[in-house]
Amino acid sequence: MKGFAAGFGCLAALTLPACSSVQSALAPEGDTARAILQLFLLFVVVCTAVFVVVMASLLVAIVRRRAAAVDPVLRPDPAEERRMAWIIGAGVAATVIILTIFTFASFLTNKSFAEPRPHGLTIKVTGHQWWWQVNYEAHDASQTFETANEIHIPVGQPVKLDFESPDVIHSFWVPNLAGKQDLIPGRYTTLTVKADKPGIFRGQCAEYCGIQHAHMAMYVVAQNQSDFERWRAQQLKSAEAPSNADLGHGQQVFQSSACAMCHTIGGTNAGGQVGPDLTHFGSRMTIAAGTARNSMGNLTGWIADPQRMKPYTRMPAVALTGPDLIAVSHYLESLK
Amino acid sequence: MSAAAERLRDTDIGEPELEARLVDIWKTPRGFFGWLSSVDHQQIALRYIVTAFFFMALAGIGAVLMRLQLATPDAHVLGPDRYDQLFTMHGSTMMFLFAVPIMEAFAVYLVPLMIGTRNVAFPRLNAFGFWLYLFGGLFLWCCFFSNNGPDVGWFSYTPLSLTQYNVGHRADFWAQMITYTEVSGLAVAVEIIVTTFKMRAPGMSLERIPIFVWGSLVTAFMILFAMPSVMVASTMLILDREVNTHFFDVALGGDNILFQHLFWFFGHPEVYFIFIPATAFVSSIIPTFARRPMFGQAAVVLSLIATAFLSFGLWVHHMFVTGLPRLGESFFTASSMAIAVPSGIQIFCWIATLWSGRPVFRTPLLFVLGFIFNFVIGGLTGVMVASVPIDTQVHDTYFVVAHFHYVLIGGSVFPLIAAVYYWFPKVSGRMLSETLGRWNFWIAFVGFNVAFFPMHILGLEGMPRRIYTYSADMPWGPLNFLSTVGAVIFALSFLLLLWNMIRSGLHGEAAGPNPWDGDTLEWATPSPPPPQNFTRIPVVTGAAPVWENREALPVIAGMSAGKREILVSTLTEAEPDVRETSPEPSIWPLFAAIAVGVTFLWSIYTPWAIVYGAIPIAVTLTGWFWPKNTTEDES
Repeated sequence: MKGFAAGFGCLAALTLPACSSVQSALAPEGDTARAILQLFLLFVVVCTAVFVVVMASLLVAIVRRRAAAVDPVLRPDPAEERRMAWIIGAGVAATVIILTIFTFASFLTNKSFAEPRPHGLTIKVTGHQWWWQVNYEAHDASQTFETANEIHIPVGQPVKLDFESPDVIHSFWVPNLAGKQDLIPGRYTTLTVKADKPGIFRGQCAEYCGIQHAHMAMYVVAQNQSDFERWRAQQLKSAEAPSNADLGHGQQVFQSSACAMCHTIGGTNAGGQVGPDLTHFGSRMTIAAGTARNSMGNLTGWIADPQRMKPYTRMPAVALTGPDLIAVSHYLESLK
Repeated sequence: MSAAAERLRDTDIGEPELEARLVDIWKTPRGFFGWLSSVDHQQIALRYIVTAFFFMALAGIGAVLMRLQLATPDAHVLGPDRYDQLFTMHGSTMMFLFAVPIMEAFAVYLVPLMIGTRNVAFPRLNAFGFWLYLFGGLFLWCCFFSNNGPDVGWFSYTPLSLTQYNVGHRADFWAQMITYTEVSGLAVAVEIIVTTFKMRAPGMSLERIPIFVWGSLVTAFMILFAMPSVMVASTMLILDREVNTHFFDVALGGDNILFQHLFWFFGHPEVYFIFIPATAFVSSIIPTFARRPMFGQAAVVLSLIATAFLSFGLWVHHMFVTGLPRLGESFFTASSMAIAVPSGIQIFCWIATLWSGRPVFRTPLLFVLGFIFNFVIGGLTGVMVASVPIDTQVHDTYFVVAHFHYVLIGGSVFPLIAAVYYWFPKVSGRMLSETLGRWNFWIAFVGFNVAFFPMHILGLEGMPRRIYTYSADMPWGPLNFLSTVGAVIFALSFLLLLWNMIRSGLHGEAAGPNPWDGDTLEWATPSPPPPQNFTRIPVVTGAAPVWENREALPVIAGMSAGKREILVSTLTEAEPDVRETSPEPSIWPLFAAIAVGVTFLWSIYTPWAIVYGAIPIAVTLTGWFWPKNTTEDES
């Protein structure tokens, strides 16, 4: 629970400048993102120099002292024309050299990503309109589990993400760790990421995927191996049984209402395959794919009227009485 | 008209009588019906320009609304549905209904004047193209105002645009709008190519063709080769939607990457058929205000041609994150970088021309200087996004939004406004106000940079494109607010331009034929030019004909003074070859455009529309081409 608490702390502090780089290509926390930023800085430095030189020449060209405007010069001074042609020739040569360096630098950086890397974990990430399904894969079926909108990875080891999309094109992008990768129906795509140190990074769908493209975020939580193993062990378990009558009532409402048509809660009768798996819902940081923080108030509001928080979301409003709504929310929050 | 009048030659009568006769022959017929049947290239070009600016205003208002929505986190100016329609309309309109048509319209207006002829080749096709474009644009915006605007982006990627994810007809409207504007775009391309190749004034050999005409010619060829690709894409899309073909249905062996290849094989050259005419404006304006011929004219023309060729080899840089083979993508990094070389050559030649000239700072030159500043920024960020690794971070973020607005607005709209200031006196006979022009420039320049520069940083800070809102938890609020302030300022600069055009159009200083002392042939005829463009066809003796013949241009004699006659010349040397009759005004192109337009629209609802619609199309085309016993070509 320590990781979770730390995560929540950072999330609460998101508005503070210190944490404002949870979704930024300028604050790399993984090897791929770092290599790209280095390449980018090379481009920025050289391009800035080019910009300054070109603008300085333009400025001198327009302000330098000379005779006032007269009739157009039809036959410009041939010596000056030759001199300018040489300077332009040199400028073109410099352009070609710079572009060649850029091309090779890009190629080498690209090559380092393209080479297959040994990896520990494989996670299947499936894009849906508008949430992320996350399946931890393993040879042993008992070691697999499913979650949503939150990917935990151990630090220091490459993790392979296999992408799939059953509906439209999405794009997986966690800029602090790596560049983006599209999820394309009918195509296999993949990305390997490695986090350097523990941290929480936000990602967001980067390919326009329909009306709630804006609310399709996910978090990557990089943890120390031991924290990660603890988290994984918890995720492998079935959902916690209700510990009191109130939670029991919530579970019963969930199973007997439309909720169970779409959502799975491991170890209960709820086995819907349409929406996110909610087995350990209470342990997640956000609801509705990063739309709001996971709190009792937000959750109750979300279940009561999903269309208000995230218009056009696929989740319908389920008619529940006030007490039933509260009970379901309590129950879901108890699923740590 | 009597046979005797038809045989009358310009050698038989004096100058005033010749002019009166030619005006009478070439003018657009009186009355509303006459107005509808005009085939005059000046008239049609002006209609294109006004229409394109009208659509730009609509799309620009849309952009300001989107900026207001994004100015603050979790705003409620627009809902997601309206926002998605707006960004689709903004992109589609700016690319298909504004940028490409307006560049073509300037070519339709200027090319015949610059090469010294009386009209474009195929004037009725020209009228037909305009009507079809007008209908396509109005149709798209009517859909939007009835809350049925397309909402899948200007690129309409499948499968999002297939019926399964886009019920109703929104994506069909997008696909058919493409068809309308493509037909009109192809029509203009064919006219410009034939006009440039076969109708140049005697003596205008290839090396004497003005750079703007070269730019229009190169663009026309690009349109010819690139536009069919998007037409195929949009047609396959509508076939998938309406008659259940399965080009993009993965379950039945379709492929969604195919759509992207087809779209971008067009989409990338499209950027350059907006940009090449813009650089050609710049190369027309700089010599006039630097008071010397363009430095490196041949190098600039070859750069335009090189840009056109290269632009067909880099479409994949729009698809770097689709999972194509990583190392294969590097080829497209190289080709995308290479296109910076011809652009660099042009920039160097402009600076050299200014350096060795004696610049006169009037509003058109200010916009050109602003263009160079903005375009160099856009070009350099273009080099950044050409790199595969960098692109994987910035693709589909506000960094790219910033980049292409620097290229499209900074690199094309700034030259376009320069062109408006430069040629407005030619078109209207009146000068635009210089004072308002300077205000216009500085407001536009500051507003543009304040609106778009912060977007680079937003993109790097992780803000994706096409999101209708963002959470207050994200650090994007202040820069978005700044960007919105800039967008509003930038929008005001267009109001100022409009005001300047209205005020100066009514009360501006009289321009005279050549107010800037320009060197190309359009300045050798009165402002506004008479309907026959030139009373006597000039003979070209050099690359800067007006500057080289200060007294009077040499002209040819022997053209008919009794009918619409043009001179056809040879391809390379422009030696006079054949005298040919140019078509009379006709209402049939309008009827044909209505028949074609209705068929396209109807085909959204039933494929049978193509069958039934063919009948009125055939009828109107028959009317259009009905032989009238006009005399054939004379050598």
